[in-house]
Amino acid sequence: MIKTIVKAVFLLSLMSLTGCASLSIEPWVKPYERQNLADPIMSASRHPIASKHVAHVLDGREAARGAEGAEGGGCGCN
Amino acid sequence: MQKMKAGALSASKLIAKLRIHLSMCLSVFFGFMLSITSSQAAVLAADRVDVLYHSYEGGGMKIDGPSILLRKKATESVSVTAYYYLDSISSASVDVLSTASAYTEERNEGQLGIEYLHEKTIMSFNVRQSDEDDYFAQSLSFNVSHDTFGDLTNISMGFSYGDNDIKRNGDEVFEEESQQYRIRAGLNQILTRNLTASLSIEAIADDGYLNNPYRTVRYIDNSTPSGVGYQSEIYPQTRNSFATKLSASYYLPYRAALFFHYRYFSDSWEIKSNDVELGYRHPFGEAFELELKWRYYEQSQANFYSDLFAYKDAQNYLARDKELSDFDNMTVGIGITYSLLDSLSFGSSRSEASLQWDYIDFNYNNFRNPLAEGGVGNEALYGFSANVIRAFYSVYF
Repeated sequence: MIKTIVKAVFLLSLMSLTGCASLSIEPWVKPYERQNLADPIMSASRHPIASKHVAHVLDGREAARGAEGAEGGGCGCN
Repeated sequence: MQKMKAGALSASKLIAKLRIHLSMCLSVFFGFMLSITSSQAAVLAADRVDVLYHSYEGGGMKIDGPSILLRKKATESVSVTAYYYLDSISSASVDVLSTASAYTEERNEGQLGIEYLHEKTIMSFNVRQSDEDDYFAQSLSFNVSHDTFGDLTNISMGFSYGDNDIKRNGDEVFEEESQQYRIRAGLNQILTRNLTASLSIEAIADDGYLNNPYRTVRYIDNSTPSGVGYQSEIYPQTRNSFATKLSASYYLPYRAALFFHYRYFSDSWEIKSNDVELGYRHPFGEAFELELKWRYYEQSQANFYSDLFAYKDAQNYLARDKELSDFDNMTVGIGITYSLLDSLSFGSSRSEASLQWDYIDFNYNNFRNPLAEGGVGNEALYGFSANVIRAFYSVYF
């Protein structure tokens, strides 16, 4: 399991090294075409304090954990 | 059970394995840092303070309290964060009422973090402490993220270590501990001018005392008038889990946003879960923003869980925690954010007031309500609903 994640991290690092140059792919969305994506309504961390509470509530009531996207995590309780 | 015993790693082997993996990850990390090239700078998130009141009520539990989150740039490349959170808990849940008495307690949590921006890379370090009467937890976390490929791609990775001290109220002798190791990676990709997608993976390894020291399992005992006996839960000393999450955000032509999340989880206790979430955010006029949410979650039970064991000491490991049982839940949520007029804000800062309400419905497929009629093992299956409220005020300065 942990080997898989290390391999994935290695591949991601390799991508950052090459910048996809070896694949001859150019960035296809130019900076001036990103105004919709930069709109605050598109932000996944629009309300960070609320996201932390949602993650905490679910962490205490479900067995699943990890990859929540909110920092912290962990119930810290019994 | 034999299969589970054979599958469980001993604590020493686990730590040795993690050391090897950690050294591999550090090698990858330093390779990654070497790959950073000088180019246009990224930016740190805006300075802000959020003050929140939260409330959870359902299944005989009432939990509420305040929370504060502060983020402030010290320089153009360094930002600090501080977070405080209080849970004030009043519990009379079904498993508390069936074997113990209702109780109240408080949990205080604090976090401090620092972020450092170097060209297109953000490194962050975070420490966290959580304190309650019978549980003391400390953890530290390190994350790094980097924009690449014309800023169309963001890659990130991180690891955390946590140490927990567990006590049992009313028992001065009882003292246990556990450790948690987390390693994660993420990829965020702009796909079109209106669509982004991300993939996150995280592996977590626990080692030590993972039980709840108060909870018991029940078993058939014909020697007692009630026909049921109770004994303490016994969990394995290790738990390894892996989660993968796929997310997408889409900008709609009339200025609204759609969000999608799917996560798959599995662990060494043979619990598997799926959760899917849809979100919608829609601004109204200059000042209002509406948010809608729907989420569905399902999980299978741990391989040592049973609602009712056939006899005492029926297995090496025993659990009757409903969070380890087979269940599903569904959430519907609504939120509204109001941007305050400049005349109502502090100085030149911008302020927002938000209110969010989630309704969660839990259905347990192999956890019976021992307080219900029907006889031992034939009671109605348990279920409950919860209302979760967040009211918060955000100031950007």
